[in-house]
Amino acid sequence: MVNLTIDGKEIRVQKGTTILEAAKKAGIRIPTLCYLKEVSETAACRICLVKVEGQERLSASCNTLCEEGMVVSTTAPEVLKARKTNLKLLLSRHNTSCTTCVRDGNCTLQELSKEMNLLDNDFPVSFPKKKWDEALLLQRDASKCVQCLRCVNICGKIQSVNVWELRGTGAGAHVGIRDGLSFGEAGCTYCGQCITHCPTGALSERDDTEVFRSFADDAELTTVVQIAPAVRTGFAEATGLTKAQGTEQRMAAALKKLGADYVFSTDFTADLTIMEEGNELLRRIAEKGTAAEAAKRGEKVFYPMFTSCCPGWVRFLKINYPDMAGCLSSAKSPQQMFGAVTKTYFAEKTGIPAEKIRCVSIMPCTAKKYEAAVREVNSTGGRDVDLSLTTRELGRMLRGTDVAALPEVGFDSLLGEYTGAGSIFGATGGVMEAALRTAYFVVNGRDPKADAFKEVRAESADPALVKCWRDAEFKLGDATLSVAVASGLKNARALVEAIRAGLVMYDFVEIMACPGGCAGGGGQPFTDGEEKAFARGKELYRLDASRAVRFSHKNMEVLKLYETYLGSPLSEKAEELLHTNQETWEL
Amino acid sequence: MARKIKLQKKSASQLAVDALYAEAGKRASASVCCPVAQLKSFVELCLSQSCGKCTPCRIGLARAADILSDILSGAAEQEDFTVLKDLAQTILQSADCAIGFEAARQILSVTEASEKDFLSHVTKGECTVTFDAVPCSAACPAHVDIPAYIALTKEGRYKDAIRMIRYDNPFPAACALICEHPCEGGCRRSLVDAPVNIREIKRVAVDHAGNVPVPECLEKTGKKIAIVGGGPSGLTAAYYLQLMGHETTVFEQRAKLGGMMRYGIPRYRLPERYLNKDIDAILSTGVKTYLNTSVDEEKFAEILREYDAVYLPIGAQGANLSVEGADADGVYSAVSLLRSMGDKKAPSFKGKRVVVIGGGNVAMDCTRTAKRLGAKSVKCVYRRRIEDMTAQPDEVQGAIAEGCEVIPMLSPERIVKDENGKVTAFVGKPQIPGPVEHGRPKPVDADKDPVVILCDIVVIAIGQQIDSDAFVKRGVPAKRGRFSAEESCLCCEIGGTPVFAGGDALTGPSTVVRAVEAGKVAAAAIDDRLGFDNVLERTVEVPAAKAGSAPARGRIDAGERAAEERNGDFDIMACPLTAEEAAAECSRCLRCDHYGMGAFRNGRTEEW
Repeated sequence: MVNLTIDGKEIRVQKGTTILEAAKKAGIRIPTLCYLKEVSETAACRICLVKVEGQERLSASCNTLCEEGMVVSTTAPEVLKARKTNLKLLLSRHNTSCTTCVRDGNCTLQELSKEMNLLDNDFPVSFPKKKWDEALLLQRDASKCVQCLRCVNICGKIQSVNVWELRGTGAGAHVGIRDGLSFGEAGCTYCGQCITHCPTGALSERDDTEVFRSFADDAELTTVVQIAPAVRTGFAEATGLTKAQGTEQRMAAALKKLGADYVFSTDFTADLTIMEEGNELLRRIAEKGTAAEAAKRGEKVFYPMFTSCCPGWVRFLKINYPDMAGCLSSAKSPQQMFGAVTKTYFAEKTGIPAEKIRCVSIMPCTAKKYEAAVREVNSTGGRDVDLSLTTRELGRMLRGTDVAALPEVGFDSLLGEYTGAGSIFGATGGVMEAALRTAYFVVNGRDPKADAFKEVRAESADPALVKCWRDAEFKLGDATLSVAVASGLKNARALVEAIRAGLVMYDFVEIMACPGGCAGGGGQPFTDGEEKAFARGKELYRLDASRAVRFSHKNMEVLKLYETYLGSPLSEKAEELLHTNQETWEL
Repeated sequence: MARKIKLQKKSASQLAVDALYAEAGKRASASVCCPVAQLKSFVELCLSQSCGKCTPCRIGLARAADILSDILSGAAEQEDFTVLKDLAQTILQSADCAIGFEAARQILSVTEASEKDFLSHVTKGECTVTFDAVPCSAACPAHVDIPAYIALTKEGRYKDAIRMIRYDNPFPAACALICEHPCEGGCRRSLVDAPVNIREIKRVAVDHAGNVPVPECLEKTGKKIAIVGGGPSGLTAAYYLQLMGHETTVFEQRAKLGGMMRYGIPRYRLPERYLNKDIDAILSTGVKTYLNTSVDEEKFAEILREYDAVYLPIGAQGANLSVEGADADGVYSAVSLLRSMGDKKAPSFKGKRVVVIGGGNVAMDCTRTAKRLGAKSVKCVYRRRIEDMTAQPDEVQGAIAEGCEVIPMLSPERIVKDENGKVTAFVGKPQIPGPVEHGRPKPVDADKDPVVILCDIVVIAIGQQIDSDAFVKRGVPAKRGRFSAEESCLCCEIGGTPVFAGGDALTGPSTVVRAVEAGKVAAAAIDDRLGFDNVLERTVEVPAAKAGSAPARGRIDAGERAAEERNGDFDIMACPLTAEEAAAECSRCLRCDHYGMGAFRNGRTEEW
């Protein structure tokens, strides 16, 4: 332990604690900009400066460790002056256009400016202008970048993708694309983690809300909306409601208010995904045997079946390990299954011609925009999902609407029922758990306890306590099934490398590109400095526990879909509509 | 009317500007930066020194600076780059004085050498330069984690400091004494006062660490690698390959391992106990050795058949005796003199007059060795100026302090022998500095009579040859004796066996740390080539950086034993830092692994 004094307050902290964390613990706020705990401690912005007694110069509190007897001031005049000057310098290179900025009201730079009561700037303002393809789903406005380097750190350290890089030196140093590549060459997975960790409006998703309006405003068209499981964990935050106000039913009401004709939950096709993917897994085991059997035979390497519902992960695997694309489940993601079912089954049952239907998804995800546009994944002629919006875009469309005052409504029926198993798709381990619940039923002819497979759930919000991947073994009939779950692409890479090296063998592996799964997705609302994936995941597990039905194979509307339309899982019709050839996707 | 003539006195302002220039000089060597930005600053500096009389300088340099600004801001077209070069050509041709034309010469030189960088700026708006996070580690050819071992030494964790060094360089003890420390050239501390005395800090760790066991080798791979040459490069490769789980065998021509560290570098610079300490540690990983084993063509063919990969760090052992009369009795090649020292078969020069020919470090080693062998007088003759010598300035000054004489601008003409074939004199042709080539004036014959130096012994220390014939005949590519290889040290494949080369045999005579670098590169390449991806992890925990930076204070050099005391023996010359000095010197490290770019790029690599 180390004893020190901050602003006259005596504090005792663990050795290795930074001044910033020590101050936070003592309830003393030090403003930060580039800092992101354990991810970005680069001390670049020089906003979190403090005065350490006896030192000639100021120290960055985010990467200066507490020392015994240290006396720190967070409010010395030179500290306040330096912070203010540095902020002015940053603003002199920033395209301050708050009124038309996507981040107005949720911008760290704006907050700091307010906090420091910055009313003018003596430095002349000039900022770099760089062209960016407006058609890309990931948008970057260099004129708003403050070079906090968080995007570089998130993409590199957490995702191991390294799209972004600090390029050049001196006054010309800027965040650019690795090795001077074009964006398309850099292997971006579209996970959106750089967006959710950007403190300004430099990074954002392409805003497609106008497209939604064009659907909803066209009287000829029927707008069918699907909402992903994890969206409900971010809806209240995106619309400024309390948790109590931001219910699933109010979310449905809000979409109706925006002009949706039907509002469904993607949980429905999450259950459908389980039916297909679960049966695919069993078929695979019947054909190839299990990892345990392979190990017994002395096989050195065994490739598992990977989940395919996360397009960030799917892209990652195809870009980095193209030879393994065939290991991905051929089952489409719930979003795409929903689109396919809407334009066929739903159209048939309601008598609305498919070409008059516009299927819109609300997703916690930016990569879903990419997935919906992949040619191979569409099987109904045009696009199965016409538009994919993020939770944030939903929030933006609802600005000016008194959402709290909307009376709650239920989801529409036909594609509306969902189970607890579908809901937990939004949390890391959820797909695995849901699939195991149904696989158990298929093999044993009876349901397991709903929480029988909870071993695969995330164990903690603290990244230090989170293992690269979690694994477990379950008995499934006579067979022993080895499964693994990872979230975050750096963890995914480690797991894939271990599989390739023959260090581990699994039958079924779930991977989500975003740490914590879709709940922490790149399309979710966010607050600087807060990582909410774990808490939101817990919320999904709470919803699961509260559902009357917690097994995908007990979803009556899904069963009816099979009975009246698809036949059985993996039937020819199901293959046509609900599966894809993973090896022919364009990247 | 009174005359307007007075004593010159520098104003405070002028003194401050002088200091500024000195600072600029220090900064110039501190790090790798964008050549466009550096050239722009330089041109602006030149412009600020222009008197403003002449067009090319006053306006031309200003326009050149404008174009450079445009190139940097991305506003320039490719044509502007051409305009810049044409403009520089005109300034060079037409400026009235050196302020203008020398500035233009630099524009031409930098634009030519860095054309790629300029074009990247112009066509893509992209700078190609990546800033090195930790300048000392970047400048070290072996990329040793210097801030880490300084911090460990500071805490008295000497064993961990050695482990940290060995992670990148298995010769901590030898390098603690004889490394030419290119790391210090990059040290950012020079911006505050002077570079940290990195090498002497390393010696503190070496002297106090005692025996430090090597890490455990990774699982055996079953691959066999032959290494021809037991010098620093070969032993480095052997060490890392063993750690990676491969089985290495070193073939060494001489009776002992160490190569030029034993048979080239004199003991007063590198005592045997230091060298042996490193070699013992390397051998403890299980390296097999065949001593007194020359590898001829036939043996090489056998090795190619029996091993999965071959590394050829054969060194540069051959003597150059291209001086008329070199066959005289009493003429030594530097290689043979220093080798006999290594074999402990030192000749006696007692009472002899010795002439050493050459200006490199090896010439200095011979000069100082001759003195220690009892020579009555030692004269080192060199055909260029003293400042052009490739020997470290310390070495030259040390030799002079020990009573040796350095005679510059004298080119060897011939060695005179008596009727018995014994050396009687050295005849040198006086030189005059000619036009500058590759940064040094080329010596040309002066209009002066030859100089005769009466002597009994002549040591020729002008370059070493590489005996690569046996390998070349079997198909290893080489140019003028030097092997040709890719950046990975891969030379060729013979009968399915990959052959790698490194060290002096690849680069030409160079330093120990460059040889270590090649050994590391070759080890990694061999591991890759054999289908492995063995990773050697850095496991020593590095002490956290403390708040604040140490204020300016002088660099501490432990110095050497007094010249008149040391010039009669072969005991170690360099004094160690005391505990007090070591603590002070360690605290001068600015911890670039933590501050500046180190905070962003993590300051260290965890593996290689």
